[in-house]
Amino acid sequence: MFILGGVVLYFLSGVVDELRVYQGATIAVYVIAIASIILLTGYSGQVSLGHGALMAVGAYAAAVLRIEFNLPIILCFVAAVLAAAIGGALLGAAAARLSGPYLAGTTLALAIGLPSLANQFAVLGGEQGLLFDVGFPPLALGEEFTQYKWFFWIAALAALISMWVIRNLLNSAYGRAWRAGRGNEVAAQLAGINTARSKVLAFTISAGIAGLAGALLAMTIGTVSPSAFPLALSFSLLTGAVLSGITTLGGVIIGAVVLVAIPEIADVVAHRLGSSESVTTNLPGLIVSGLLILTVLFVPNGPVEQHRARKAKHAAQHTSSKKKDKH
Amino acid sequence: MSLNVSNLTVHHGAICAVNQVSLAVPTGKLAAIIGANGAGKTTLLRALSGLNKPTSGVVNWMGQTITGVKPEKLVRLGISHVSEGKSVIPELTVKENLELGAIWRKNSKEMKESLDQVVTIFPRLGERISQRSDTLSGGERQMLAIGRAIMSKPKLLLLDEPSLGLAPLVVEQIFQTIRDLTTEMRLTVLLVEQNAMGALKIADLGIVLNLGKVVAVNHAQALIEDPAVRAAYLGY
Amino acid sequence: MQLLNTLLIGITAGSIYALMAIAFVLVWRSTRVVNFAQAGMALLSTYFGYEAVSRIGSFWVALPVAMIGGALFAALVELILMRLLVKHASSGPIAGVAPIIATLGLLGVIRSVISMIWGGQDLRIVAPISNNGFTINGSTLVFSPLKLLVLVVVAVLLILLTILFQKTNLGLALRASAHAPEIARLSGVRVDSVRTLGWALAGAAGAVAGLFQTVNGNGNFSPDAIDFSLLLVSGFIAAVIGGLDSLLGAVLGGLFLGVTISFVLMYISSGLFFIAPFIILLIVLFIRPQGIIGVKAGRRA
Repeated sequence: MFILGGVVLYFLSGVVDELRVYQGATIAVYVIAIASIILLTGYSGQVSLGHGALMAVGAYAAAVLRIEFNLPIILCFVAAVLAAAIGGALLGAAAARLSGPYLAGTTLALAIGLPSLANQFAVLGGEQGLLFDVGFPPLALGEEFTQYKWFFWIAALAALISMWVIRNLLNSAYGRAWRAGRGNEVAAQLAGINTARSKVLAFTISAGIAGLAGALLAMTIGTVSPSAFPLALSFSLLTGAVLSGITTLGGVIIGAVVLVAIPEIADVVAHRLGSSESVTTNLPGLIVSGLLILTVLFVPNGPVEQHRARKAKHAAQHTSSKKKDKH
Repeated sequence: MSLNVSNLTVHHGAICAVNQVSLAVPTGKLAAIIGANGAGKTTLLRALSGLNKPTSGVVNWMGQTITGVKPEKLVRLGISHVSEGKSVIPELTVKENLELGAIWRKNSKEMKESLDQVVTIFPRLGERISQRSDTLSGGERQMLAIGRAIMSKPKLLLLDEPSLGLAPLVVEQIFQTIRDLTTEMRLTVLLVEQNAMGALKIADLGIVLNLGKVVAVNHAQALIEDPAVRAAYLGY
Repeated sequence: MQLLNTLLIGITAGSIYALMAIAFVLVWRSTRVVNFAQAGMALLSTYFGYEAVSRIGSFWVALPVAMIGGALFAALVELILMRLLVKHASSGPIAGVAPIIATLGLLGVIRSVISMIWGGQDLRIVAPISNNGFTINGSTLVFSPLKLLVLVVVAVLLILLTILFQKTNLGLALRASAHAPEIARLSGVRVDSVRTLGWALAGAAGAVAGLFQTVNGNGNFSPDAIDFSLLLVSGFIAAVIGGLDSLLGAVLGGLFLGVTISFVLMYISSGLFFIAPFIILLIVLFIRPQGIIGVKAGRRA
């Protein structure tokens, strides 16, 4: 399944133009980031409004190691995952006693506070940030292989690998433990699950994945700075997760595509309407936020789950009517 | 007949909890509704007080059709429901819990009178009037719940398993109080109970519910003497 | 002297956080929901106030206008958004997080719409009374008539709201509707209307917070102003520190947060401005998970 996806993407990258390839890379980044939210919020039931900050941790770790020690890119990404995971573990430990809005508010505070720390330490580059250069594509791929294609390949590969890992995690005993804890924590504890440890684990893994996404985001932008990880990013991730269906991994691509597509669509709509500048700049934000509200109200479990539920309902009604016929 | 229920059906999701139930209770009488767990007794009360919306059927109170009307409106028509279990707000004091029953009347003089009346009926509440309700014993909480229902000057009182979890002596007290209230305040009372004997002993009318359907309706005394009922619900 | 000034700065900032915290607590106490859009509503109310000031010229008129506008808007939100939420999303895995997500979405919508209508540039509301510090023995305190006014307003609001909640029938209805909506309904309380009222009160409190936050600074405000993000977070943290259930806790939490941040900035490092609230929150929740006044019932939403 994943290999098939990989082959498809390989061909796609050959035929589409530069802008789309770049957007493809961004979509891949969002896929990874949204998947981390689905794991944490959808499966483990913990709301985080601070994943933007965790992405920042990963990005900065990767960038600093690249600049200070000129490590190979692969190691930088690994470092990003580890650094963010450690951050996630700390946050998760602190958060294990919190739930619902308390957790949300705490992570919100983190999302606002953490990126600003970069201004404090010179090694983190301050407001302008640090450069993150993954280097040129290997010559083996030919002269015409563009930088953006290279980004796309790296991001897409990372996305495929992450999704595979996450899917297996979610289907494993860990995933079941998360879902049990989400539904009814006391019952889960009685069933022998150490819910606190399970929750912290969820946070750690989710953070690590977010860190990877952050480093990849830095790769596509080329720099790491506090302004790349604003509060809006954390909100967008949550939006994307809700749009995808916060409990289903399968819909991840929907959310990611929507998040990347919205600014473009909004642009087009605004130009068609011939509106003022203030409308055009704010329309994307309005659409995203509006979508969030509408989705959580009317399609709370996401389109994939909604579809499955509808199919199941049809099937149930079908069998029960069959039974009636038999009488 | 002040309370008339015709072919009431109430669903709990896909399950039919109350199935075509019809009953009639005369004014000023105490009707005991007995039956096994899951017979639909609680759902029936909840449909009568407006908490659950019936699927079909009609409920008539004092000549008015009240099917599906919201609980806060029904209170103003004189219907008070003491729901099962924790019908007391633990974070509020005894006085506040009682006052809650009367605030819709918006008359502080009447509220004070009702408060005095309830304290006379339940002196224990008077002793603990300023305490937080979570300091009360089970029996006291039940008194408080009933007291609060009385504060709204009801004409129809719906009681859901008031004896649940209480010591036998307390249960006797509560049942006796319910009987006295019915007579003195000329209430119409629907008393849902698993303690079938206790309920039938103070009731005028008895209704037996099984799997959502009415299986027997008779004078309470007749039901006590009915061998089938005795075998199934009274234990002898 | 520096000590006194640090304290005073902290108290002033803290009292504004307290106002915001009061708004959060009001919504929580009447509907058991945390309204993340609270700061957005406060921002909107500030714009209402601005319009009033531009047309009528008096801050003292703008204040009630903002409060009423804020209250009406909040009531509208409760009527539409919250009731829809209860109808459609109160079961399943999303139930716990749905109100959080919905109010966050609302925050974004409010911000975008404000930017669309009024634009993103700085607007200005001038303080009604002097913001020049009092002088004692020749040196100037960082405390002015304006800051004194803020403190007085907070105190008055706290007293009025506490009286409302504890001593009036309406307050009893509000508390009952929050703790046990079903029992309240069975007692004849119009729970839905009462919850809307709770939101309206919160909207008014938020409006006061927004206006004072603006005039206490340099008077400039805009949709992206970091002040409002900070107000959101600090107000929420202050409410949590105080124990989400208590108005007094909200005020104490706000003051505590304000003073602590002030000392941290002055004596440790000013760059910690944004991260300090987070760290303080963690420490408080670690030591006393139920907040300053909260009751130990477990931090369930």
